[in-house]
Amino acid sequence: MIKNKRTEKIRAEKNRWIQNVLRPNLKLLPERLPVFTTVSNLLIDELLYAPSDISVLDYLKDIGFPGEYPFTRGTYPSMYRGRIWTMREFAGYGTAEETNKRFKYLLKKGQTGLSVAFDLPTLMGYDSDHPRSTGEVGRCGVAIDSLSDMERLFKDIPLDKITTSMTINAPAAVIFAMYIALAKKRGMRLSQLGGTIQNDILKEYIAQKEWIYPPRPSIRLITDTISYCVKNVPKWHPISISGYHIREAGATAVQELAFTLVDGLTYVDACIKAGMKIDEFAGRLSFFFNSHNDFFEEIAKFRAARRIWAMEIKERYRPKDFRSMQMRFHTQTAGCSLTAQQPYNNIVRTAIQALAAVLGGTQSLHTNSMDETLSLPTERAVTIALRTQQIIANESGVTNTIDPLGGSYFVEALTNKVEEEAYKYFKKIDDLGGMVEAIQQGFPQREIARSSQWYQRAIEKKEKIVVGLNEFMEEEEVIETLKIGPEIEKRQIKEVKGIRKKRNKKKWEASLERLKGAAEGKENLMPYIIDAVKAYATVGEVSNTLKGVFGEYKEPALF
Amino acid sequence: MNIKSRRYSKKRIRVLLAKAGLDGHDRGIKIIAMALRDAGMEVIYLGLRQTSEEIVNAALEEDVDVIGISLLSGAHNQIFPRLLKVMKTSGLKGRLLIGGGIIPKQDIAFLKKKGVAEMFTPGTNTEEIVRFIKKAVEKKI
Repeated sequence: MIKNKRTEKIRAEKNRWIQNVLRPNLKLLPERLPVFTTVSNLLIDELLYAPSDISVLDYLKDIGFPGEYPFTRGTYPSMYRGRIWTMREFAGYGTAEETNKRFKYLLKKGQTGLSVAFDLPTLMGYDSDHPRSTGEVGRCGVAIDSLSDMERLFKDIPLDKITTSMTINAPAAVIFAMYIALAKKRGMRLSQLGGTIQNDILKEYIAQKEWIYPPRPSIRLITDTISYCVKNVPKWHPISISGYHIREAGATAVQELAFTLVDGLTYVDACIKAGMKIDEFAGRLSFFFNSHNDFFEEIAKFRAARRIWAMEIKERYRPKDFRSMQMRFHTQTAGCSLTAQQPYNNIVRTAIQALAAVLGGTQSLHTNSMDETLSLPTERAVTIALRTQQIIANESGVTNTIDPLGGSYFVEALTNKVEEEAYKYFKKIDDLGGMVEAIQQGFPQREIARSSQWYQRAIEKKEKIVVGLNEFMEEEEVIETLKIGPEIEKRQIKEVKGIRKKRNKKKWEASLERLKGAAEGKENLMPYIIDAVKAYATVGEVSNTLKGVFGEYKEPALF
Repeated sequence: MNIKSRRYSKKRIRVLLAKAGLDGHDRGIKIIAMALRDAGMEVIYLGLRQTSEEIVNAALEEDVDVIGISLLSGAHNQIFPRLLKVMKTSGLKGRLLIGGGIIPKQDIAFLKKKGVAEMFTPGTNTEEIVRFIKKAVEKKI
C-alpha cells in the first residue's frame, strides 16, 4: 500500500516534470528523431525511466539474487568477484599444425580457454579430398579429417588443464569422439575433460546452414551425445544452444533470444523423450549468444534469457536441482556489426559489445578481431581483441560488484520488454506445432530474412547510422590480412590419403559396419563412433555411413 | 532508342542467384534477391551449395540475363574460374556473371580478368548493384 502510494506520487511527479520542465525545453530544442529505437527496431517507450516505470516488478520474485532463481542478476553467486569469465578466442585455420601454433600463441598471451574453428568441409562432413571440398580446405577454420589431425591439433596442450570449446554441429559426435579417443590415448580419465561441443542442429536449419541429416536423426545424435556425456564425461557441456548465428543471419535481439530458448526447450523435450530425467542433464546444457551494438538491449537480452529459461524449466519440468534452471552462456561480439570500411573502428565496436556481454553476466567471451570482415584474423589483430577483454577485466572496474546495472530503471524495464516480446514468439512457434515444424514451414527463416531486409533498408535510408559505412566515410584503407595459401589444401589431402593407407583396414571396416547396424537400431551411437574414429575412420566416412541410414536434409530455397 | 532495346525495356531482367561452395551465409544473397525483385527484376534463387554444373543448367533452363554468385568462404579463386569454364563449354560465354562476398582486392582484379563482370563486397548499397545490372544488361542487347 505504502509502495503503491509512493509509485503513484513518482508517476505524478514525472508527468509534472514532462509538462512543466521538459515540454517547454523541447520547444526550444526538439528531439533529434521522431522515435527512438534499438538496433533491432525495438521502440524505447519512455524518454526517461523512473521507479514508476518498473512498478510491476517484484524484486524478490522477478530479480532476486545472483546464483538463485530466477537468476536475473547472474548465473553464479559471486560472479566476477570470484572468477573472471573465460577468455576464449575462436581460432582455427589451415591444418592442425597452423592452428596448434595459434592456440599456443593465444595461451601465451593470456587466453584462458580454447575454442576451435573448423573449416567448411569438416563442418559439412566432407573429407579434404572430396570434390566438394576444393578450395575450402583450411580456409574458414582448421581441416580435421581423422584422429591423426586431432593428435596434432592438441599437441603439447594439457587436456585436463584447459577447457576446449568446439564449434561443430552436424558431425559433433564424430569430433567429440575424436577428442575422447585422444584423451584416452593419452591415458586420461574422461572425468578430467572439460569443454563444450556446439552440437546444436536446430540453429543450423534456421541460420548457419551447415547440416547433414534431417531433423529427427540429427536430434537423436544430440540426445545420444548428451546422454553419453552425463554418464561418462560429467564436466563436459554436450551442447551449446546458439543464438549467435541466428543473430548474424539478420535476426533482431528478440528473435535471437526467442528462437534460441525455444530450440533449447525442444532439446530438453527430446532428452526427456529419450528417457533422461531433467536433473540428470539440464545442468549440463549451455548457451551461446551474440553481443551486438545496442548496449542496453544486449544487457537486457542476457538478463531476460536467464530469467525466462529458469521460469520455463521450473514450470514445465519441475526440477529438484536448482542447477537445472541455471543458464550458463558463452558470448561472441557481433561479427555482422563490423565494417570492412575503416577496419580500425571495429576495435571500438568490439569493446562496447564485450562490455555489454560482461555487464550481462557472460561465462565466457570471444571478442572479434578488427580484420574479421576481411579474413581470418592476423596475430596482431587477435591480440588486440584479447587485450580488449583483459582491459575490461582488469582496468574498467565493472567486475568489482555483481550485476552493477541491476535496478537501473531502464535496464529492468527493457529486460521486461525483451522478455515480453520473446514470449510472443514462443506462442507463434507453439501454434505452428513446435520448432521442428516451424523450421520445416520456413517460419524462423522468413522472420530473420524480414528483419535483415529491414535493417539493410534502414542503413540505405540512413535511418540507422553506421560509422564509416553510411556516414563519416573516408577513402578506403588497406590493412594487412592473413593469407591462406593453396599449398595447405594439397598438404591436407596428402595427409588424409596417407592415413587411409596406414590404418588397419579390417578394424576400420568392421567399426563402420557396426556403426551402421547401431544407427539402424536405437542404441546410443557414441561408443560406436568412438570405436570408428579410434580405427582412424575419417569425418567423411563416419558421416557417409550415417547418411546411408539417416538420409540428407534439403532446404527449400526461400527469400 | 532502337526497337530492340525498347522491346527489351518492357521485358523484365531475369536474374539467377545461387550460393556456391560450402558456406551457408545466405543473409547477403537474400537481401540482394529481395532488392532486385523490388527493382522489378525476376529473381530465381537456387539456394545453397550449388555446383557449377547445377548453376549453368539452371541458367540455361531459365534463360537468365544475369548470374549472381555469393561466396563468403574464401574459395572464390577456385570456384569462379571453374564456373566460367563450365559456362563457356555450355554456350553461356559472355553471359553476365557477377559475384559478392568477402573477396580481397587483389582477388577481385584476378577474377575480373578471368571474366567476372563485377564483385560486390560488404557494405555495398543494393541500389548500386541494381544500377550496375541494368546498365550491363542494356549494353549487351
